Amino acid sequence: MPAPLKNSKNGVLGKKVKGFLATKSACRGIFSIVVALFIWEFGTRYGLPVLNAIPPPSAVLVSFKESFVDPWYWGSWQSSFQRIGLGFIFAQIIGIPLGLLMGTSRYFRELSLPVFEVLRPIPPLAWVPASALFWPTPEESIVFVTFLGAFFVTILNIVGGARSIDARYVRAAVSLGSSRKDIFWRIILPGTLPSIIVAMTVGIGICWNTVVAAEMLAGHSGLGFLTWRAYVTFSYPLIVVGMISIGIAGYISSAIIRLLGSRMTPWLKTS
Amino acid sequence: MILSQTLGKNGGALAKKAAISSEATAGKISIRDVSIVYDPEGARVVAVDGCSLEIPAGEFCVIVGPSGCGKTTLLNAIAGFHGVSSGEIYMDDQLLCSPEMTTEPGADRIVVFQNGALFPWKTVLDNVTYGPVIQGKMTRKEAREAGHELLLEMGLSGISHRYPSEISGGMRRRVEIARAMMNDPKVLLLDEPFRAMDALTKTVVQKYLLDVYDASNKTVFFITHDLEEAIFLGTRVIVVTTRPAQVKKIINIDIPRPRDFRVLSSEYYRNLKEETLEAVHEEAQKAFEAGERERA
Amino acid sequence: MEPDELGKSVEGQSLAEQGTQPTLPEEEREPLTWEIMLSRIKYALRTSAPYLGAVGLLSTLLAYWLLTEVIKAPLFEKVPGPVAVASEWFSHHPMFRISIYSGIYYKHIWASCWRIIQAFLLATVLGVPLGLFMGWKKVFKDYTFPLFELTRPIPMLAWVPLAILMFPGYEASVIYVTFLGAFFVTTLNTLLGVESIDEVYFRAALCLGSRPRHLFFHVIVPGALPFIFTGLQISMGYSWFCLVAGEMIAGKYGLGYLIWNAYMEFQEPVLIIAMITLGFLGWFSSALIRMVARRLMQWQVREIAG
Repeated sequence: MPAPLKNSKNGVLGKKVKGFLATKSACRGIFSIVVALFIWEFGTRYGLPVLNAIPPPSAVLVSFKESFVDPWYWGSWQSSFQRIGLGFIFAQIIGIPLGLLMGTSRYFRELSLPVFEVLRPIPPLAWVPASALFWPTPEESIVFVTFLGAFFVTILNIVGGARSIDARYVRAAVSLGSSRKDIFWRIILPGTLPSIIVAMTVGIGICWNTVVAAEMLAGHSGLGFLTWRAYVTFSYPLIVVGMISIGIAGYISSAIIRLLGSRMTPWLKTS
Repeated sequence: MILSQTLGKNGGALAKKAAISSEATAGKISIRDVSIVYDPEGARVVAVDGCSLEIPAGEFCVIVGPSGCGKTTLLNAIAGFHGVSSGEIYMDDQLLCSPEMTTEPGADRIVVFQNGALFPWKTVLDNVTYGPVIQGKMTRKEAREAGHELLLEMGLSGISHRYPSEISGGMRRRVEIARAMMNDPKVLLLDEPFRAMDALTKTVVQKYLLDVYDASNKTVFFITHDLEEAIFLGTRVIVVTTRPAQVKKIINIDIPRPRDFRVLSSEYYRNLKEETLEAVHEEAQKAFEAGERERA
Repeated sequence: MEPDELGKSVEGQSLAEQGTQPTLPEEEREPLTWEIMLSRIKYALRTSAPYLGAVGLLSTLLAYWLLTEVIKAPLFEKVPGPVAVASEWFSHHPMFRISIYSGIYYKHIWASCWRIIQAFLLATVLGVPLGLFMGWKKVFKDYTFPLFELTRPIPMLAWVPLAILMFPGYEASVIYVTFLGAFFVTTLNTLLGVESIDEVYFRAALCLGSRPRHLFFHVIVPGALPFIFTGLQISMGYSWFCLVAGEMIAGKYGLGYLIWNAYMEFQEPVLIIAMITLGFLGWFSSALIRMVARRLMQWQVREIAG
């Protein structure tokens, strides 16, 4: 980045100057958000082409206030989170060991990877009906589809991660007298941890997408269902409330994963 | 080596350029009482403190000092990547850097970087012709012809259509030097360019650089931590203190040019080495201890 | 990973050879792409990988068949088996009118593909320059990135109801949702690509007399290209994801719609056919992007090919 040129104008970047620059960025960001909100508000009121169909921020705010005190709203949060949690955790429980096995054992990988590569391109949502045929209850089928999305991502990332562990680490461990079990738990597992975390971060995003869509299609509860029902019952501001809630929920889950991730891999922190 | 036989001959590309540029006092550098202070994360770091140095045009000047002592910072200031906190840097009696202004980096003082900076997405020929073409000094056709000629002269023909990832490290470094020379800079700035190379390749490329210098007579500002390299290459060796960098000792190397490896076993060389070793070792010791203290 | 043979062949020439005549720059003949591919395939066939892979696939297929049609295991009762699927897919008079011989099948395929093409192209044409610009000019990034990051966490499919309001009619709303998903991914990856470029290349370019526009075209664009293409692959996969969802929720024609409709109308084999078709199309479109990437980024290919 041409950052050095900026330094060259100042020579010395004092703390004050750096602090000021940071605020300038923040100011610009806030400015653009405010402008966007303004355009949204007035666009909906004065009938700009695309925007006139959607509810203005003021209406959304009102709807938000109503939802806050509505237990059904929070119940939706709970339902969605439950599904996400189950699908995601299952994906990790089954995916991580399987991925590690595939990453470390060459023959197992060659046996199983093609099957994955064939099944992977099928979008998880395409599985919804097939899953509904298979699983007795709709709840189970939604969790299964959620699981699938994260599962494939997890497998692929872990296989890639396990395979890219520098062979020298393994050799160093062997020369220091480690057993196979030791090598697995102390070299392979920690070495694959970053890719596990990447898989989790991507996976949770896919989970949210899948759950929301599944709820819209075939659900009876949850934030996706809330959003869809708002559309069907013409409570348009509630649609936006639903969207924003889902966004916040997604953000919270990603933040949790990120936190977990940095806890589990302290060595990746650069001073 | 192919180089000694073709370089500098009448009609050779480098000699042609040298003839044109030697009209001016090309590449005299004056560093006057320069200090550079920078401030990463709030701790005031004095990288260079009151350093003064006069480098006459056409001299091969080598800066030796322990790692992290600020010599790269000085080179970056000359190159224009950042400014100076106090003092001035002049090139050919024109102000290059001062606390108020910094001249933008340009083709009059080209840097050869430590880990190599050949554009991986361009072929060798495209890398070499990049400078003149985008500066508008030559058309693409002219540049390609001139590029071929230069590569030929430097013993690098046959790889012009290759990508940097396809050629060895030693060749990459030579191509980078050729890329710089293509623009006929007044000053060549080299920042520990051979540091990442194995000892054997290093000797080949060092000789290569000397051949280029002999043919073109550019001012060279060369940074290294390798004492032997410094004495072998330089006309003058400047020993610099550990951070903050100041000139500690200046040693003149009176070995005649062109130099080759027989120089390395001569007594004169060994005496020079002893003389320089003491000064450098003292600074290296200080740098080591300072590093320990920093981390403690 | 450095192919030293080539370097040696030039450096290692004896003094006599070098001294006699400077040779004219010779452009060696590069191995053609298909030649490289052929040699790779030949090499691969000598390893165990393709055979084990075939075993894995076949055994999965066998298990699927056994579970659904032979043993009729408990949960698999309603799931159509491979024979049922095949007999629909490859028959001249398919029961549900979906087979490789029926026009309607291809109509659905084309409907989905056409939507993907529109959405993906739009997302790329808008996203790549946006990402490049955001990476290049910090001020621009300051203005646009926070807005971007604020909207990104909202899952694309949550936009569907709003999209239906904004773009009445199924076609536009489905394309919009697909576009949005691809757009975010592409822009973000492009931005990351620009920011991942080693600063030393900028400095080297500046030393050689580059003006800002040279930096943009000669450093930023090629330097970000690997990330851009990774992003395009991801966004292609994500596009299919969003498209299928959009079609299932709110479409007419298209593979997503076909799946949902088949489910509603109890045409189970069609379900599987549509899924497999989707899988193939998804793989195919990603492979296309990979091919384009290889063509444009010769410098990476050659390194690996050695």
